[in-house]
Amino acid sequence: MQSSIAVKADPAVQYMLRIGDTCLILGQRIAEWCGHAPVLEEDIALSNMALDLIGQARALLTHAGALEGVGHDEDQFAFLRDERDYRNVTLVELPRGDFAFTVVRNAMVSTLLKLLWERLGESSDRELAGIAGKAIKEARYHQQHAADWVVRLGDGTDESHKRAQTALNQLWLYTPELFEADAVDEHAQASGLGPRWADLQEAWQAEMGTILAAAGLAAPQASAFRSTGKRGVHSEHMGFMLAEMQHLPRSFPGAVW
Amino acid sequence: MNEVQARSPSRTERAWRVLDTVLDPEVPALSVRDLGIVRDVIDHGDTLEVVLTPTYSGCPATEVIEHDVLAAIEKEGLGPARATLQRAPAWTSDWITEAGRRKLNEYGIAPPGPVAADGEAPIRIFGRKTLPDVACPRCGSLHTERLSAFGSTACKAMYRCVSCREPFEHFKAI
Repeated sequence: MQSSIAVKADPAVQYMLRIGDTCLILGQRIAEWCGHAPVLEEDIALSNMALDLIGQARALLTHAGALEGVGHDEDQFAFLRDERDYRNVTLVELPRGDFAFTVVRNAMVSTLLKLLWERLGESSDRELAGIAGKAIKEARYHQQHAADWVVRLGDGTDESHKRAQTALNQLWLYTPELFEADAVDEHAQASGLGPRWADLQEAWQAEMGTILAAAGLAAPQASAFRSTGKRGVHSEHMGFMLAEMQHLPRSFPGAVW
Repeated sequence: MNEVQARSPSRTERAWRVLDTVLDPEVPALSVRDLGIVRDVIDHGDTLEVVLTPTYSGCPATEVIEHDVLAAIEKEGLGPARATLQRAPAWTSDWITEAGRRKLNEYGIAPPGPVAADGEAPIRIFGRKTLPDVACPRCGSLHTERLSAFGSTACKAMYRCVSCREPFEHFKAI
């Protein structure tokens, strides 16, 4: 049994993990659709998007390891951390739900990531700017695809509309966390590493508003509920997901294909 | 004898020629040079450095390409070689060579058009209706439609030709 690694509390490392883990965990959730999507084209689309996200996560986790400077590589970060050391937003760890839940979440997250990558392209960290230059093209394509589907379901049949609205109502509870300011964000802003996520909120709401209006969907009223995945305090779903992700590398250290 | 003709090709020149024979494992119609992912070949004396730019973040072919490039160079006796990845500027399908575009079309994959300058434009609602024209690689008709935004590899989408009724793949402009 492979034991867990300890991760430095350094704010630049934490900022990198926040983005890298959000990509990794959404990639894992989307990949669960492989072989299960309602039509073949979407099965392929979801697998492709998962691959892009996991590719982005690999680059980010590798870079987190370089910034941390104690020799951790992408695999150790992906598979050998305890739940509390994952820094993804709670939104991406929620079970995949039905197809409406998946595409509404993809629209939310790809819109966030697109706005984030745009700003990270100007990062003072050249490696991060390089990763962003590639990822922004992929995120735009993901957002367009997800937006097409949100409109198709929201403006579709009574059943598809109902499912899309239900998904939106559930997912919306987890959106305040995306834009909550904290010390990690402030440090990133001050050092030129990347934007405060709070600064992306206005543009995110405008783009989501465009998509939802075209889909005939309405965002629910704000709630007092706050999720806390970015701080490492996750939902009850995270542990089950990590058990599946980590089982093999934990039980068979060094296993390769 | 002309001096230029007499000069034997340098190590880097020979390496560039070898790279013409290394094919993309997922789109074997194209060499890595056709694909536009080789940024530079540098002779450090002891080692030869090949600088590559990956296409998609999650493309599983990236590592295979790296391996194939080094194997081909060492087989030609030009090694030892090492590959380095250069992320910036990011690869764009605009870097696929003219020869590469022709080969793609002959292989049955519609080549990418120029990357739209409006890359940063807001999302298109009902984007399908504003997709650029893609010519059928079999009959050349522009009367084609997209079946799927994603295809068998990260770099392709699925289309069909309404004129000749054949389905085909399109290399996405990115």
